[in-house]
Amino acid sequence: MIEMLWPALLAGTGIALLAGPLGSFMVWRRMAYFGDTMAHSGLLGVTLAVVLNLNLTVGIALVTTALALLLFGLQRQRRLPSDTLLGILSHGSLAIGMLVLAFSESVRIDLSGLLFGDLLAVNQGDVLWVAAILVVAIPVMALIWRPLLAITVHEDLARAEGIATERIRIVYLILIALVIAVAMKIVGILLITALMIIPAAAARWLSKTPEQMALGASTLGVICVWAGLGGSWLTNAPSGPAIVVTAVIAFAVLLVVSQVRQRLAN
Amino acid sequence: MPRTQPLIEARQLGVRLGGETIIRNVNLSVFDGQIVTLIGPNGAGKSTLIKTLLGVHRVSEGQLTLAPSLTIGYMPQRISIDDSLPLSVYRLMTLTHRAARTAVIDALRLTDVPHLIDRPVQQLSGGEFQRVMLARALLKQPDVLVLDEPVQGVDFNGEVELYRLIQRIRDERGCAILMVSHDLHLVMAATDEVVCLNGHVCCTGAPETITRQPEFTQLFGHKHADALAFYSHHHDHNHSLAEQGGHVHD
Repeated sequence: MIEMLWPALLAGTGIALLAGPLGSFMVWRRMAYFGDTMAHSGLLGVTLAVVLNLNLTVGIALVTTALALLLFGLQRQRRLPSDTLLGILSHGSLAIGMLVLAFSESVRIDLSGLLFGDLLAVNQGDVLWVAAILVVAIPVMALIWRPLLAITVHEDLARAEGIATERIRIVYLILIALVIAVAMKIVGILLITALMIIPAAAARWLSKTPEQMALGASTLGVICVWAGLGGSWLTNAPSGPAIVVTAVIAFAVLLVVSQVRQRLAN
Repeated sequence: MPRTQPLIEARQLGVRLGGETIIRNVNLSVFDGQIVTLIGPNGAGKSTLIKTLLGVHRVSEGQLTLAPSLTIGYMPQRISIDDSLPLSVYRLMTLTHRAARTAVIDALRLTDVPHLIDRPVQQLSGGEFQRVMLARALLKQPDVLVLDEPVQGVDFNGEVELYRLIQRIRDERGCAILMVSHDLHLVMAATDEVVCLNGHVCCTGAPETITRQPEFTQLFGHKHADALAFYSHHHDHNHSLAEQGGHVHD
């Protein structure tokens, strides 16, 4: 029976590895809501895939990437604050996706699986998608790491010092869009951002450099995915919430550990 | 007193951002070894001008000429780094410019803070942070230092010291300095040329003469002008505007 768990474990491990550095930047750049919005638009991607008869991952990747680019463009206007824009796009795309799914009678989709993850839905094809994205995303992440860090500290300073800030930011957004597309089946639309943000936040307690935090987040993420999927397998719980609850526990434990260490040091 | 070629020269420079004209008709030259200070009210376009010189904003009209292979060290307005980002002073200094630890320590020594190299940036005081950023701008051995409000978030004693330090750096390294400042008083002591900006250049001149120009008085009020004029009288007594090479723009 364990072989049914392997695809989810492998795909989840790959996703958690990528979510570490991407999620760390999400925390540093205060983009949690931004990530949520992109994830919510994933449901629209599912709809698109179903209607156009595309591969699910491709449909989601198309919509999340398009949304990332749209947001990038909209942030240049100044009349509305960006969290308002995010709210419009986030809830708008979620609602449209749900409506289209509700009205298309021919389509039967496990909505709760999409929203909260279903480890049994993960198949070998998904593992290959994750592998393909890892092969592309890891070198790209390594390439944009330093410039993105400089932009995160101060965008104008980075620009004055010769960094193509807009190009780097777009690449980062596309990486997030791709990870969301492959993570949807395991953690679900509503919980993907959690997998990016909670391990990164937990790793903050132990880190002295940005790299430590990113690698720590990846490690914690992998541990949470394995523990969460294991728990989900044993108890029949939905996989997304199981992984997120594990991550929250890890966050709380590390918070206490770091506080105790600090007390002892003083 | 034009010497050789300017390191930075802006002619009739104009910048529009998001359809709005921020500055126009700006003429500005920075020569080797010179300290030029930009003053002007909030929203006058001081930071915009500086960022345009640095290539952050595009030139909308006019001309901007930089000396060939010019290296500029930039210190932006007081920045705050999110607490969630674990970053040491060393990493902050080498974000875009890789440098050996020894080179970073040398740069920090110029601003008297080499002991801070491994400190998390969030633990620095206002004055320490500005000194680190100044050292960071010096790390590339720049020909020109561009400092946007270098004393922001620094207490009064620290301000005086920091301006003295900036002057010392110019004297020791011979680099030119272009600086934005609010506090007229302190700046006047440490500058060769004052450029007064309010969307366009209102007036320029040596600090001793600029306070006597009507455009300056209009912008900053008599109180400031008198106080500064009084200050400059400590240094010179009887130079007329023309003798000083001060000039007025429309």
